[in-house]
Amino acid sequence: MKIAISAQGQTLESKVDLRFGRCNWFIVVDTDTGDYRAVSNDQNLNAAQGAGIQSAEIVSRQGVEAVISGHCGPKAFRTLSVAGIKIFTGAEGTVADTLERFKKGMLTEAEEADVEGHWV
Amino acid sequence: MTINLTVAVASGKGGTGKTTVSVNLACVAAATGYKAAYLDCDVEEPNGHLFLKPRIARRYPVSVPVPAIDTDKCIACGACGEICQYSAILCINKNVLTFEKMCHGCGGCQLACPTAAITEKGRAIGFVEEGEAGGEIAFYHGKLNIGESMSPPLIRAVRSAGQNNPLNIIDAPPGTSCPVIAAIKGVDFVILITEPTPFGLNDLGLALDMIKELGIPHAVVVNRSDPDNNLARDFCKEREVKLLAEIPDDRRIAEAYSRGELTFSAAPGYRGVFEDLLISIVKEARR
Repeated sequence: MKIAISAQGQTLESKVDLRFGRCNWFIVVDTDTGDYRAVSNDQNLNAAQGAGIQSAEIVSRQGVEAVISGHCGPKAFRTLSVAGIKIFTGAEGTVADTLERFKKGMLTEAEEADVEGHWV
Repeated sequence: MTINLTVAVASGKGGTGKTTVSVNLACVAAATGYKAAYLDCDVEEPNGHLFLKPRIARRYPVSVPVPAIDTDKCIACGACGEICQYSAILCINKNVLTFEKMCHGCGGCQLACPTAAITEKGRAIGFVEEGEAGGEIAFYHGKLNIGESMSPPLIRAVRSAGQNNPLNIIDAPPGTSCPVIAAIKGVDFVILITEPTPFGLNDLGLALDMIKELGIPHAVVVNRSDPDNNLARDFCKEREVKLLAEIPDDRRIAEAYSRGELTFSAAPGYRGVFEDLLISIVKEARR
């Protein structure tokens, strides 16, 4: 399956970015083949509002079935849920570590946003 | 006296005395014979009513337009989400999602929708109250709902409610961003209240930068002034802005304020300060 991991850089050795909406990159990985590519989230780094919503749209366009990040706010959570994308929070360390933990089923799926929204 | 004048009382820093000056000005204006109105546009924390003790005659809600989606007409084309600059609407997985609190009510999504699936509905942000104080001052204020971030539409509603009065005194919110701009845009004259402290003057500087952008005639009033403290006087000289009046740092003024009383009721000697200020404002505004 295809998943997206929020990251500070463009490789598997990059650190996971704990923020979903304002991460620098999404590492989109095919967990079956191990192929990956980095998708820029540049447009949302300095967005005044709606970064979580727009980031959800970006990963949705990549056709991922799940996202992994440190945290997920309410608007991103709602958007991802409607898009039919599973959300896993509590990631840390490198993208490669996180990917391994995900494959081993060590990450739990989030049932709700784990941080508060901004602006509203 | 016939006049048609709108004066806003603003400041960069909060707590400098906007409300004190506004309510006292409204009272001396009414006593002088002007048909005066007091408009509290500090809708996040209106408090002019504590001093003017108005009788409220009318109260009505104020809403902002947000999109309502007719899912039968929607073809999930995504045009609404593409035009929205605020991420308040988007189409994802064949569903249209709206985030009403992020909507600025521009109506762009409605125009972009090819199937007329979007109409407007109202989202209440607060309410306006109108009345009169002491039988001679027209009173208006807005109260923003708790947790609401969209204050400019409510501020404009307060201004529009009072627009037909001959002399309007607008009590503006502090700062230099959208709420202040909504409160002072298009007025005839702005007085900026400051205190002679580094904090007061720093924020006065920001307010002056803002007001120059807007191109509104303005002057400064120093509150809690001290004869030996020249900070504010020097600052005004340096920035070439007129210092219209100084209100002394007098404990009696603070005590009156804390009891919700007008300055000159507690310290009658100060009546003249506000009368002179009013005369100066009218003169300056007519220049």
